[in-house]
Amino acid sequence: MSLTRNQVEGIARLARLEITEAQMPVYVDSLSRIIDFVEQLAAADTADVEPMAHPLAQQVQRLRPDEVTETDRRDKYQHNAPSVAAGLYLVPKVIE
Amino acid sequence: MHTLTVSEMSAGLRARKFSSLELTLHLLGRIERLGPGLNAFVTVTADRALADARAADERNAKGDGGPLTGVPVAHKDIFCTDGILTTCASRMLSNFVAPYDATVVRKWREAGTVLLGKTNMDEFAMGSSNETSFYGPVRNPWDHARVPGGSSGGSAAAVAARLAPIASGTDTGGSIRQPAALTNLTGLKPTYGRVSRYGMVAFASSLDQAGVLARSAEDAALLLEAMAGFDPNDSTSVDTPVPRYTAELKQPLQGLRIGLIKEFFGEGLDPAVERCVRGAIALLQREGAVVKDVSLPSLPLSVPTYYVVAPAECSSNLSRFDGVRFGHRCEQPKDLLDLYRRSRGEGFGDEVKRRIMTGTYVLSAGYYDAYYLKAQKCRALIAGDFARAFGEVDVVLSPTSPTAAFKLGAKTSDPIAMYLNDIYSIAANLAGLPGISIPCGFINDAGTELPVGMQLVGPHFGESRLLSVSHQYQLRTEWHKRAPKGYA
Repeated sequence: MSLTRNQVEGIARLARLEITEAQMPVYVDSLSRIIDFVEQLAAADTADVEPMAHPLAQQVQRLRPDEVTETDRRDKYQHNAPSVAAGLYLVPKVIE
Repeated sequence: MHTLTVSEMSAGLRARKFSSLELTLHLLGRIERLGPGLNAFVTVTADRALADARAADERNAKGDGGPLTGVPVAHKDIFCTDGILTTCASRMLSNFVAPYDATVVRKWREAGTVLLGKTNMDEFAMGSSNETSFYGPVRNPWDHARVPGGSSGGSAAAVAARLAPIASGTDTGGSIRQPAALTNLTGLKPTYGRVSRYGMVAFASSLDQAGVLARSAEDAALLLEAMAGFDPNDSTSVDTPVPRYTAELKQPLQGLRIGLIKEFFGEGLDPAVERCVRGAIALLQREGAVVKDVSLPSLPLSVPTYYVVAPAECSSNLSRFDGVRFGHRCEQPKDLLDLYRRSRGEGFGDEVKRRIMTGTYVLSAGYYDAYYLKAQKCRALIAGDFARAFGEVDVVLSPTSPTAAFKLGAKTSDPIAMYLNDIYSIAANLAGLPGISIPCGFINDAGTELPVGMQLVGPHFGESRLLSVSHQYQLRTEWHKRAPKGYA
């Protein structure tokens, strides 16, 4: 097992995912297998290889004029929000 | 009418042999009758389809319709459709009504197509069997006990079962080509940047690309023409002219240089699948293509490279689902952290959570260099192998998938076994190259006939060549015309 339960709990915390007690061993097992599997990359000779972040790296990203092009569509977008009031998104109290 | 290809439907509409309304009603009837047994659709947009069809008939009557005016289509439920549920087959988005159209959706709509519905898929396009959908697995029309492939499994099943003549799909590691192979379709993943990703729910942004699942290369060419092109809303879409793919289908096979990827004809490949692919190669050779073996020695690194890069991008992209602005929110959160953790824990399925966690791990402090940076370097090696191969040959050829369609549940307990389904398709995404899967034969598995696909990959923006080779092959073969029993 390349990952411990403790590590997987830490990853879940970082990823803001609640994992139930019952599911935890399943994730420890499958994530360990995935990490073991990708471990084989370590053997590849990548000396002097430039990392590739993007398939069209040569492509120059275009700049657009700094002008307002979008219209205000707040109401339409907020139709999908779980909780809004007066155009604001509501969440549990953050500051006491 | 349902057996017609898009090109034939287009000709029929133009010749007034039938109206778009008749065609649409006929297909909606089939979807109602045969759709539930396949679980191919998440949403059927019957009212919208009828309105679209009536509008198309009016346009055609006035004579200002185009080749696609009145042709029914389906969209994978990953594409935003204004005013229509867009779920990505996730509980997280099970209540999400998209506030705008994806560029692909807008372009097909402006071309006059009729929207039949939104197709089922693996949750957030993460899967190779369509078993990770919140709405349940899709069944393969060739054998209901088997998977249709994934992640565009609903689109594949709908087109293979003649419920829709064509459907959109997306491909991050094989999600168009592998289901196409498993359901006897032509599946095209264009070059990264060829088609806009605007309004397509993001999984891995440097790999995702939209394409089509069709019943012929000619149809794929027609619909690619209508969806490709620069989009100011997608900064990675490329501003180069869109060729008339349909006009370039006539390019001859004579003199075509085909490279057989040595690494993809080895261990793990079902010998019956290999026989079909070898048969197709022999035909192409007889027609004047020049075939040689090519070695791309870094390709065995593609699956592990992908399972670092894709989860890393997935973990970043899916951080937007926080239970605040849209999507699932848990009941009675006690504080903000609880809201995030429970909304995400409940909203995402197991495979999505697994990938988010894999990505979180490989990007975390102390591991970044060992995994993510290393994978980016391996990605460069893979892209370099292809670039060298295209110095010698015009296209490279391989099987699309190592086996034909497998049984539902056969690989769900072993993530690595599932990931290896995409062993031949993933490299094209890592290098940003266009790829196509076309039908090339059938195998018999204990009395069940199952289709086999072969894959062609070309250089960047080489879609014309892939489509013309496929079209020329399809002019000389009948495999792609076979329909599953009960759906003919």
